[in-house]
This record gives sequence, structure tokens and C-alpha cells, in this order.
Amino acid sequence: MQKLIKNGQLTQDYWTILREATGPEVLNAVPGKNFIVPLKFWKLYREDLADYAGEVAIWLDSDENVNDIGSELASFSLIALNFPIFSDGRSYTNARELRECHKYEGEVRAIGDVLRDQLYYMSRCGFDAFDLRSDQNPENCLTAFADFSTSYQATTSESSPLFRRR
Amino acid sequence: MYQYDKYDHQMLAERVIQFRDQTERYLAGNLSDSEFLPLRLQNGLYIQRLAPMLRVAIPYGLLSSNQLRKLAFISKHFDKGYGHFTTRQNIQFNWPELEDVPDILAHLAEVEMHAIQTSGNCIRNTTTDQYAGVSADELEDSRPFCEAIRQWSTFHPEFAFLPRKFKIAVCGTKIDQAATQVHDIGVYLIKNSNGEVGFRILAGGGLGRTPVIGQEIFEFVEKRHLLTALESILRVYNRLGRRDNKYKARIKILVRETGVEKFRSLVMQEWSQIRDGPQTLTEEEIDHCKSFFVDPFYMEKDDAPEELTAALKNDVLFSSWHQHNVSEHKKSGYAIVTACLKETGVAPGDVTDIQLNYLAELADEYSFGEVRISHHQNVVFADVEQSELYAFWKKLKTKSLASMNLGLLTDMICCPGGDFCALANAKSIPIAESLQRKFDDIDELKNIGNLRINISGCMNACGHHHVGNIGILGVDKKGEEFYQVSLGGSSQNEASIGKIIGPSFAQDEIPAVVEKIIEVYKTSRQNKEPFLDTYRRIGIEPFKEKVYAKTD
Repeated sequence: MQKLIKNGQLTQDYWTILREATGPEVLNAVPGKNFIVPLKFWKLYREDLADYAGEVAIWLDSDENVNDIGSELASFSLIALNFPIFSDGRSYTNARELRECHKYEGEVRAIGDVLRDQLYYMSRCGFDAFDLRSDQNPENCLTAFADFSTSYQATTSESSPLFRRR
Repeated sequence: MYQYDKYDHQMLAERVIQFRDQTERYLAGNLSDSEFLPLRLQNGLYIQRLAPMLRVAIPYGLLSSNQLRKLAFISKHFDKGYGHFTTRQNIQFNWPELEDVPDILAHLAEVEMHAIQTSGNCIRNTTTDQYAGVSADELEDSRPFCEAIRQWSTFHPEFAFLPRKFKIAVCGTKIDQAATQVHDIGVYLIKNSNGEVGFRILAGGGLGRTPVIGQEIFEFVEKRHLLTALESILRVYNRLGRRDNKYKARIKILVRETGVEKFRSLVMQEWSQIRDGPQTLTEEEIDHCKSFFVDPFYMEKDDAPEELTAALKNDVLFSSWHQHNVSEHKKSGYAIVTACLKETGVAPGDVTDIQLNYLAELADEYSFGEVRISHHQNVVFADVEQSELYAFWKKLKTKSLASMNLGLLTDMICCPGGDFCALANAKSIPIAESLQRKFDDIDELKNIGNLRINISGCMNACGHHHVGNIGILGVDKKGEEFYQVSLGGSSQNEASIGKIIGPSFAQDEIPAVVEKIIEVYKTSRQNKEPFLDTYRRIGIEPFKEKVYAKTD
């Protein structure tokens, strides 16, 4: 069953997440696939990865900082941010900084412990793709984005705080 | 006070629907305990020792008479006929049924109330001085800025899963009654050398296991930068605050471990990215917030009218109450009255549905239909005509609302403790009661003078024991309840953390221990110095000697 929501719809996932990777050979074992690799892995092997036939994106854990990605940030079509557990809120800050400070326009994907009741806040912080935890009901999750119709703050999804719109 | 517009109403209605759905999914078994936990907490719902507890937000302590009536209704229909005002100027209900909570929230929404973010690891209710806007010594009314903060912090998507809870206080009065320095963020309205009013912002204060006074992060920020400055601090905290140990997760530990200089530079780095951004307050928005806190329709009246002076002369009890419970108002002919909820035999902060309804009636009749809840768990009528004080006092008396012990030893801060709270190590309400019974002579209480006793049933310090002149903390010793006593704490302008006097005591020893402490104070005080000044002058030793002296 599809469990990736992108731009408000359930969709086919063309990416494979490498949760752990020892060396660049793991990619070459399956040529042509699109991989999301750990930021550390990419930093270590970026030259080896340059020749890889498929596309490579990165994911950051919640204790990593998007400001450490470096100048190639804009070259990724996708950056994934991990929720080791849904109650770890650091990736919300990373998402906003990607969008608002780095003006990143590619896909920002939530991975890990991604649950229905956090989707709305995630979307407000700039996530536009959600790799749901396998036990989540995808149809029900689609309704989460309409939990609220407006918001007080200026965030990624609404560039103007309510007090400037009232 | 602030009036909801269609946006506020809409979001609140959507929140009620959202939580109803979450509760249904939980009860149907589609949401695990651990996943429902932060959702219910961010709606103020705890699972307590005996029943769920629902904490309802009272933004910066301000309540209308309609809201009071709704709280009375809820306590009567969904609880056991009473509620409990907390040290965050909120009210909590100790006996609702989990299934009823969505309905209670719907009732609250009718009067623009809710339980949003009254618990959980998010930004909690912003508090302020209970005399804001009417105090004679105020630089500027803090409430418009509290409202701006309320809106900014409500449903803030980035800060719903912080390392730990986060509390903000704002103070615009000279005498700080808001315990501003022991908050995660403390905001003072100040005037800079150019005569411009803005904010001085502290961070890293807090009570709990490790009590700390906040440190200055922004020496002066212009009003328009308030929200971006706060957001920068929160962002640094969200990213770097410890998540490996619940007891080291508050911002005070981060500031201490990072060092205030480094922490400040991290905040400035964040601030440089969002300063002047869309969240910058506009002139119009500041005016808009201020428009909800304009003076009521005061009449031109003189101070000390005949009705008052005569009553003060003729009625000793009234005069005694007036001396402690009535404060100076900025407008001549008016007074600030505090109804002290510290009657002997009643848990501090507890209020019945009958009292709530009566408070509403009195607010309508005497104080423009509004009251404030103080962090000392009392109820303030901010705008009472001096000529009406005597009549007002007589009415308070009919519903046990005229305790004349405001600011005195028996006006204690006390958490619900082991009688209700699942976290508590020890009971706290019986300690408060034993002290009220020991010190039941009003003349003696007045002789002792201003003194704060704060009682917490555990390290989490909901009863602010660290900043009590005398602090009492319940501790668990091999399954038995003991009490640790500290001296010299204060949450006022010269804030300080109390010092532990020595080994802890059994419950029944506490009244005698406090009595000995008071004896040392009375024999050592010079002129009319209050307890805290004597303590600061003579130190802890004389108290220690007396308290632990062997009886022959």
C-alpha cells in the first residue's frame, strides 16, 4: 500500500532510504535506483557518488543541522528530515530553516516516526512529503492537513502572521 | 480584555473537533497511550492519581464574569463542585471523566476559553503581574504584549515538541509580582536612556530540581522585535536543549552548560535571520492589542472618601482586611482588592462553584465585570471604587472570600500535592492546613508581617518552594513522606533561591519548626524589617541552631 503523501496526495515512492550505509558499494549493488543517504555518508563519499547512475539525496537526523549541509544544498532535489520519535521536535526547526533561511525549493520529506497527528504542523514548517509510519491509515492521514484553516504565526506555509492579515 | 474575532473562534472550534477525534481514536484503540499522551497534554489533560485532571488556560490571569460563570458550571456539572487556581494563573479540575473532556472544551469555547498548551513540552500560558494596567507604579501595561505572545505561541508548529515545557512571564510594574526571573523567559518592560520603552529579556530561569535565576539575553529590544527575539531563543533551545534526560531538559540547563555568552551569540545568530521578518510587530498591531486593554469608564472621584474613612474608623475587622488586601490604584477614588482564597481548612487556591458564581456577581457589580487570578492563587478585583469597599467587603465575607491574610504567613502557595497529583512524593495540602491551624491568630500574623511560605509536594516545584521566604518541599524517604525546609527565597525584584536549612522533618514536626523559625525572626528583627531582610542580615545559622537544638 502506498504510504507516501506528497503535495496532499498519496503517491508512488521512487526513492529508497539507506538508513545505514558502510561504503559507496552498497549503491552500486542496485544501479539506477534513487537513494536517500545519510548526510554523513554523503559527505564521506560524495566523489564516489558523483558517478552513480541514479539520483542521490540526503537525510538528516534530528541532531544534525541543515546549516551543515554546505554549498551543495540547492543541488539536491530532495532532503529528508528524520523523526527518530514523533515527540522529537528538532526536525521542525530544520525544515523551517531549509525553507526560510536557505530558500530551499526541492522536496522536504518527513521520515521516521511520521504520524497523522503531527502532519499539519509539519506541513506548516515546510515539509511537503510525508513518509508515513507503516501502521498509519493513509486515507485518514490525508485529512490531517485540514485540521485548521488558518494560523497565528508566519511560518513556511503562510508568510504573513495573522495580525498582518486580519 | 481581549475579544475573539472570527479567526480566533474558528481556530478554537477546529481545535475542539480535532481533540474530539483524537479522543475517539484513543478510546477505540487506534492511538497508543504514548501517542495520545502529548496530544492530551497539549489540551491540558493529565491522568492523575484518582481521575484525569483538566487544566484550563486563563491567559495572563484575566477572566470575565461570563467566564467565571462557565467555570462554575463546569465545576458543578463535570467535577465535584470546585476548581483549583494554579500558580500559572490557570484553573484546574480534578475530577472530570476522560469521555467528557471534549464536551467541556466545547463549553469553554463558548466563552473564548480552552485548555490549549496548559501542559506538555510546549510554550505554556504567559503570565504577568496581577495588577497590570491598574498599578500605581507601572511603566506600561504588560497585557497587550502578553496577548501578542499568546497569539504567537498558540499552535506554534515549530515549538510543539520542545525538549521540555516552556514558560514566559512579562512584567511592567516596578514591584515584580510575576516571579519573572524564575521563568524560562522573563520579559521586563523597561525604558532605555533615550526614554524609549522596550523590553529587557532574560532566559534560563526556572524552578524545578535546579532552581536558577534567569540571565540577560537582550539588554534592550524595541517593541516591534518582541516576537522575533522570543522566536530566536526558542529556536536555539529547540535545537540544542537536552533530550536525553528529562531532568536536564529545561532551558536553564542549556544556558548553564553552553555558557550565557555563547548562548547569547547563538540567539543573535538566529535573530539576524528573522529580525525584521514578517513576525515583526507593526505599529497597528501593537495599537490593536492595546485597544483591548483601555481603561474602563472611571468616574472622577477623590481618594479616601467619607464612606471609607468612617468604616475604617468604626470597624476593626474591616480596617484589618483593608490594610492587607487593598492596594493603591493608579486612578484616584479606586482601589485594587485581592480576595484571598486562603481560609483555614480550605486547600490554597481551591474555589467552589458557588464562590465562582458569586465572584462573577461581585465583578459585575463592583469591578467592570472582570477579575484576575494571581500566581499566589488569589482573585483580584482591579477596579473597585473606594466608597464601595466596605459594602464589597461585607459581601465577600458572606462567601468566605474575605480572609484578611493577604501576603501574610498563611497566604501560602501550595500545589495539589500527593492528595491529587501522580508526580508528588508527599502531600502538601495537609501541611498548609497544619500551618493555618497553628497560626490562626490574625494579630500574631500581622505582628509577623509579610512572609511567603511556599509548599511543593515534589521536586517539580509547582508550589514555588525555592522562592518562598520559607520553602517546604515534600520528599520521599524510603517510602515515607518527609519535608525539607529552605529559607531566604524570593521571587520579587531581588530574586533569590532559598537555602536548605538541614535534614528534613516528619509531617507533624513542620508547624513547630516554622514556629521556631518565626521565633528567631521575631527576636532578631530590627525595627520593622520583614522576615526576608532579617534573614539576609543574619544568615541561616541562628535559624539552624534553634530548629535543630536538642530539647533538654
